[in-house]
This record gives sequence, C-alpha cells and structure tokens, in this order.
Amino acid sequence: MLYDLLIGPFAEFDFMRRALVGILALSVSGAPIGVFLMLRRMSLTGDAMAHAILPGAALGYLVAGFSLPAMTLGGLAAGFAVALAAGAVARVTVIKEDASLAAFYLISLALGVTIVSLRGSAVDLFHVLFGNVLALDDEVLILLSSVASISLLALAALYRPLVMECVDPGFLRSVSRSGGIVHLTFLGLVVLNLVAGFHALGTLLAVGLMMLPAAAARFWTADITMLILLASGFAMLAGYAGLVVSYSAGANLPAGPAIILGAGAIYLGSLLLGSQGGLARRILPRPHLQR
Amino acid sequence: MFNRRSVLSGLAAGLVAASTPFATIAQEKLPVVASFSILGDFVRQVGGDRVNVTTLVGPDGDAHVYSPTPADAKTMATAKLIVVNGLKFEGWMTRLIKSSGTKAMIATATTGITPLKGDDDHGKAGHAHGHGHDHDIDPHAWQSVANAKVYVANIRDALVKADPAGKDAYEANATRYLAELDAVEGEIRAAVARIPAGRRKAITSHDAFGYFVKAYGIAFIAPQGVSTEAEASARDVARIIRQVKAEKVPAVFLENVTNPRLVEQIARESGAKIGGRIYSDALSDASGPAGTYIAMMKYNISEIEKALAANPA
Repeated sequence: MLYDLLIGPFAEFDFMRRALVGILALSVSGAPIGVFLMLRRMSLTGDAMAHAILPGAALGYLVAGFSLPAMTLGGLAAGFAVALAAGAVARVTVIKEDASLAAFYLISLALGVTIVSLRGSAVDLFHVLFGNVLALDDEVLILLSSVASISLLALAALYRPLVMECVDPGFLRSVSRSGGIVHLTFLGLVVLNLVAGFHALGTLLAVGLMMLPAAAARFWTADITMLILLASGFAMLAGYAGLVVSYSAGANLPAGPAIILGAGAIYLGSLLLGSQGGLARRILPRPHLQR
Repeated sequence: MFNRRSVLSGLAAGLVAASTPFATIAQEKLPVVASFSILGDFVRQVGGDRVNVTTLVGPDGDAHVYSPTPADAKTMATAKLIVVNGLKFEGWMTRLIKSSGTKAMIATATTGITPLKGDDDHGKAGHAHGHGHDHDIDPHAWQSVANAKVYVANIRDALVKADPAGKDAYEANATRYLAELDAVEGEIRAAVARIPAGRRKAITSHDAFGYFVKAYGIAFIAPQGVSTEAEASARDVARIIRQVKAEKVPAVFLENVTNPRLVEQIARESGAKIGGRIYSDALSDASGPAGTYIAMMKYNISEIEKALAANPA
C-alpha cells in the first residue's frame, strides 16, 4: 500500500518523525545558503569549512564526551577561526582567499585527526564524522530549529547586499562598505549550518544537503527567489525520500547516506532534464526564437 | 641547517637503533604486545612479573576502527611476542605487523574457538559490510568465559614458547587464573538463573554479545551490525522498536564504545528502561568498574541482573 510506504513509517515511529523534522529544518536554512555559495562560486568552501570544524568538535568530544553543547561550541569556534583567519590572510597578503582557506582547513583537519588520536585510541571518530539522523533527541532538534530560524532571519537581513555581491561585487563596493561584514556574517551562517548538520548527518554529509539541491535547482531557473525555493524543496524531498528508502529498502541502507544519495539523484535528474541548460535540451534544441 | 649528510646519517642511526635487539631488557622482562585491553589483561594474568605488556588500543577504545601510530609500530618492532584476537577483529593489525618489520612471534588467542556467525537474520550483516563471507564471523569470542579459558591456554602456550625459562611460572599462573575464571562462570550462570526466563532479553548498541547469548541464554538485540563501523538503517531501528514492544524487552544497555543517542532513542520510543553501561570490547581504566576481564564480566552480569530482575511492581 502507498500509505504504508509513504506515511506509515512516520505515523508509527517517533524516530522517523524526529529525523524528518531535523532534515526539514536543515533544508529550510541550508539549501538557501547553498544557493548563495554556488552563485558566489564558493561551492567548495562549504566542503572546506566542514573539514575545518572537525578539530573543534573533536576537542569538545575529548573534554566533555558525547555532549551536544561542547561539540557544538567547539565546532563553531574552529569554523569561525578558520573563516576569520582565511579572510584576514586574503586581505593583508598576496594569497587569495581560496588558497588561504585551503591552507587553514587542511591545518585544521590534520589538527582534528591528531586531537582524536592523542587520547591513545580513535574513540569512534566515525561517530563524529558520520552523525546519526535516526538518533535525534530533543536537544539536537532544538539546536537544528534554532539554527534554521537564525539563518533565515540573517539571510533576510542580508538579502540585498548578498544578492548584489553575487551579481556585481564591484557595484556593491562602490555604494557601500558593508561588503566585508556581509561576507563574514555569511561565512558565519555557513559554519552554523554545517555544525547543525553535522549532528544529524556528520561533517562529511552535511555539505551534501547544502550544495546538491542548490546545484540541481540551477538547472531549472536562473531567478534567485525561485532558486532558493526550489533548492529548499529539493532538499526536503531528498530528506523525505532518503528516510523512506532507508526504511523500506530490502538491503540495510543507512539513512544519512540514503538522504544525500537522494539529493544526488535529484541533481543527476536535473542535469539530464533541466529546462536551463539540461543535457536533454542541448541535444534536442527548441525552434529558433522560442524559449 | 640540516645538510644532506647529517640527515642521512641521522636516519641511518635511527635505523640501527630500531633494529638493535634489546638484549639487556629482554633478559629482565619479556616484551609482549597485545592488540587491545582485554587481551592485555589475559597476558598480564598469565605472564605475571616476567612480562612487560603493552596494549595498543587502550581502555574504552574501539579496536574495530583503530588507526595505529608510529609509536605502536616501534613497540611492535621491539616486542618478542604479539598477541592478537584474530577472527578479523583487528583488521589493521596484519598491516601493522608487516609494516613494523617485527620479528616477534604472533599468537592468535582465538585459535581453537569455533567462531559464531555474526548475524543469523538472513545474512543481513553480510550486506552491511559487503566484501566476503569471512566478515560475517563474530569476533567477540571473549564474551563467553569458556572461550576466555581457550584464550588463556593459547596465551600460556605462546608465552612458554617465547620464554621457555619461565615455563613453571606461566603454567602456575595460568592454572590459578583458569580456576578464577571457572568461579566467574559459575557466578554468571547463577545470576542468569535468578532472572525470570521471560525477561532474559535486552538491547545493546552493537552486536558484541553473540557468544554471551549462546553461552548464557540472554538474548541481546542490536541496531547495528556486528561491527561498530556499520551505520544502522531506519528499517533496522524500526524492526528493533517493534520487537521491543512486541516481546516486552525489559531493558536497553549502553556500551562503552558506541554512540549512546541511538540506544536512548530506542528506549524512549519503546518504553524499555535504560540499563547501566556494560562493557563489550574494551576494559575501563584501572579505576573504573571493569579494570580487568574478571571485573568486567562480573560488572556486566550484575548490571544485567539489576536491569532484568523481575519488577517489584
């Protein structure tokens, strides 16, 4: 039955509902941030920042064990430190921002692995790297939804300068000096969402829910409002589909990777069929002068 | 500055130092390396004063996913005897033994133990880990005291072989320790007998108790596969929650090495109570409740009995 497949698991199990709520919260805030990252050609920045938060989270883990506040604060601190350091180096030296970010995130990642190993044993590094979306307790859900709310409010406040910086950074610089602050706040939002995402999906997969829906949405529209809506929608769809597949698939399919694979499938589908530069459109061109 | 010659001669000196046999030290104590804390305890019990034991994965560490350090390779290079669990428990160990270039004798503690299949649920664990059938074997053989006695016998034989001068001491220690293990076995069986038959089941966060289940008849169900490396699927978690509800499983246990949130979620949703923390793959540090193998087994069974004992209500 369709009901059993699509709704039943969520009606029957609390952990499925929690997973869904967590993923929806992440989708609402993460996907728009992914859109801006993509438009600003910073798609790989998300990945770099995800690695950068590892030592902070690891340090939190070592100090306080499996504690949400400690790991969150540690991750935020490490992420902000890398973002600030990379930005500062880019501004005062000849090194460009991408290179300095690469340098700092690699240092940070190595530091994280070292910190975890220092304890004499790799205390389940994998549980730090791969969170568990099926085990979201109240604490984590509150964190996820707070992060989503803060991110949306901040995005609303920064919307105009952010869009301007995407389309014409030179113009923004000529009319306002807020560019630096906007940029840093935006990086802060990236870190915030990654730290939230890493409790649910782990540091490596959290980026997936941010970037894949944004990239997929670009195949359907060039309008930024539509991009944001579509990306959020895609992320939610991927989250929902991933949970359903992980629940009903015959094989033992873990939920986190299933969600990101769902987002990947949406991306590949959009790549093939998308109305804006999708491959199918390229191969079968429309008649001249018709969109 | 470093010039090429000083660097090269420094490296050469390091190589010589690393390969020089530690003749003087070896006369005093036999250097033995054990892969994880439980094996380390066995070697200590049998070897007594004659051996110097180093364990690579320390207390509360997860030996499934350990990543060795150069210091480990160094320890192994100077060891005379290396004790491993076998049954593919420490996959990283074979590589480390090769890369460290050690000439030590390798003793596999599980030799002679009949391995259990990891998961009898239509080969699901095989899917989870993929690659090859050997991976289905449950390596946590020490969870039954009868197997622990095999471990001890193997370790005794290995020690005698590596250090024939200490034969009498090793055999005396082993005999004493085996008697202690027999006593523990009796205690566990008595404790299980005190739990009502309908309540002899529980949930833990990873499937490490196959041998315990078989030997003592308490059913443990786990959301993860046999190894802590596999992530649970929504289907598995749902299956377990249904099972807990249907069979009225009284308690879920936390383990010392895995993510506690998943077990907490299962407990919250199914109404089972959260039992104490039990030890599966690693001992606690010396000050903790499970500093030795015997302490661990006693502690585990007392926690299990506490959680599963008939409700007064």
